[in-house]
Amino acid sequence: MLEIKNLHVKLEDEDKQILKGLDLKVEAGKVHAIMGPNGSGKSTLSYVLSGRDGYEVTEGSAELLGEDILELEPEERAAAGMFLAFQYPVEIPGVGNMTFLRTAVNAQRKARGEEELSASDFLKEVRAKAKTLKIDADMLKRPVNVGFSGGEKKRNEILQMAMLEPKLCILDETDSGLDVDAMKLVADGVNALRDEGRGFLVITHYQRLLDHIKPDVVHILADGRIVKTGGPELALEVENNGYAGILAEVDA
Amino acid sequence: MALPEAKQTATEARLAALTLPEGGCLAAARHAALSRVQTMGLPGRRDEYWKYTRPDTLVQADVPEAAVFETGEPPMFNDFDRLKVVFVDGVFDAEASDDLSLEGITIERLADAEKKDIHWAKDLYGVLEARGQTPVQRPLAALNSAFATDGVVIHVTGKPSKPINLIYRHADTGSDAILHHVIRVDAGAEATILENGPAAARFNKCMEIDVADTGSLHLVRAQGRDHERRAATHLFARLGKESVFKSFTLTVNGVLTRNEAVIELTGDDAVAHIAGACVGDGDFHHDDTVFITHDALNCESRQVFKKVLRNGATGVFQGKILVKEGAQKTDGYQISQSLLLDDDSQFLAKPELEIYADDVACSHGSTSGAIDEEGLFYLRSRGVPKAEAIDLMTLAFLAEAVEEIEDGDVADAIIARLQGWLARRH
Repeated sequence: MLEIKNLHVKLEDEDKQILKGLDLKVEAGKVHAIMGPNGSGKSTLSYVLSGRDGYEVTEGSAELLGEDILELEPEERAAAGMFLAFQYPVEIPGVGNMTFLRTAVNAQRKARGEEELSASDFLKEVRAKAKTLKIDADMLKRPVNVGFSGGEKKRNEILQMAMLEPKLCILDETDSGLDVDAMKLVADGVNALRDEGRGFLVITHYQRLLDHIKPDVVHILADGRIVKTGGPELALEVENNGYAGILAEVDA
Repeated sequence: MALPEAKQTATEARLAALTLPEGGCLAAARHAALSRVQTMGLPGRRDEYWKYTRPDTLVQADVPEAAVFETGEPPMFNDFDRLKVVFVDGVFDAEASDDLSLEGITIERLADAEKKDIHWAKDLYGVLEARGQTPVQRPLAALNSAFATDGVVIHVTGKPSKPINLIYRHADTGSDAILHHVIRVDAGAEATILENGPAAARFNKCMEIDVADTGSLHLVRAQGRDHERRAATHLFARLGKESVFKSFTLTVNGVLTRNEAVIELTGDDAVAHIAGACVGDGDFHHDDTVFITHDALNCESRQVFKKVLRNGATGVFQGKILVKEGAQKTDGYQISQSLLLDDDSQFLAKPELEIYADDVACSHGSTSGAIDEEGLFYLRSRGVPKAEAIDLMTLAFLAEAVEEIEDGDVADAIIARLQGWLARRH
């Protein structure tokens, strides 16, 4: 599904290396979690994969389903099946949430050479999916993320994910700013999308999201590289001992 | 005080090229307007009020030519149920127009009203324009009152069943049209006026609107794609108690357009909304100059102006709210914003508040900005191609102005034109 090899990334405007030879492989049907201390490069990884400006890949490769994605525009990556659930979903005043969703769904279908979804089919689908995420009609009508609470924004991300049906879902600290109930709701939304053909990369500081979205593999990212990989128990170890213990062990 | 020599010469040259119509019952008004022009002189490059817009081509005696523009598309509002009043190069075209009779409204050609010994228009023609000359002079409007060769006199007495569509057609590359419309809205009456079309190579239009207590008038105009035209328009409106006046202007392209609106809220609880959305590129120059005076209790005014500029286009906004002494509980809002799609375009704004009452709420804001990169990336990350994402955000930027249009069908027609402009630029 996703294969990253020896990825080196620096900031475009600064001489600052963030990722320093990251290797990672996410298989279809699996949930991989990436944990790591602040500044380890977690968010940079999600942005580089989704094509945000401001980063320069100096070495290495990233392939999605065998296709090199690093040269693609963000919209091309999306059409290829990449989806990033933002840590801070962006507010877009004046663009209705529904218009946005429909434009996105149809743009991707068009890019893949598929037929556009009719207005009524789209509406039916979006209503059903919104309902399971407890997104009401009002939220669909309002401008994208404008005036949404933290929880509403994250649920809106999951709704987009559900509508776009990506191959690879990256969740960037989706648990930040959520209370326990909201986290449960978001996790349920994510779990509903788990299937054999889809891979997940869940980026998080804390183990608690992983109580709800059970990972198959857990990686520890530190100083721009994956320093340790293990099963779900690795997340518990972080929760109990912090990163310091693990990092000390790696350094040793 | 004598005018500076250059101004005197320019004014005389322009006036020499014009003939004062006989004027009938409006003769006195026309003569008074002429003497205002002579006293003020026509706008010059050094005038403060014309700091951001060069008036030369609007003032000069000879008309800069403008090609007749064919869009190849059906004209705006074409499929609306409306009453058409057509002018070609500033001359009323009876054949192309509909029958002017409609219940709840009386429409007469200015020339016909003028011929009568007594006509209500006499009390309005040039009157609001003259009031609008202080504290800031608007000589092109006075020139219009003196020399207007055509126009309509509209009396709204009830609630006509359909909008009145003033359609301007351009046929002659050297036409110099001066139109003057006078509109009176009776108490409790309500009408919608739509305006569109290229008008002339050079167009000077003045509209005087008097809305009586509890009357309502909606004005929506579209200034089209005839890029080479030069237009100076003035809107003078006086609002009575609990009356409503809402105006929206769409401007697409145009080397020189100056739209002035001078609104006086003279009756308590009156509401005035003046909005504009413009999109232009290259040698586009668009100027919105608005002056709203609150002179009564508890009135509301909104100015919402949005400009999308690219390839070196220039947008100008001069907007003022004047709250007179005693105009308590005034609610004044003014926003002017530009979306600059590249580094070469510029937006020049002069927002002003002048307040002499102590219990008012007035706000004004003016911004210039580029497309929000965060938002753009967000849209693209969801699969929306860059150009489409920019269009979506551009329309969203204009939305606050377009939302000032109350009629949904009219708003949709305006949005369709904006989408057309965007699509032609991919």
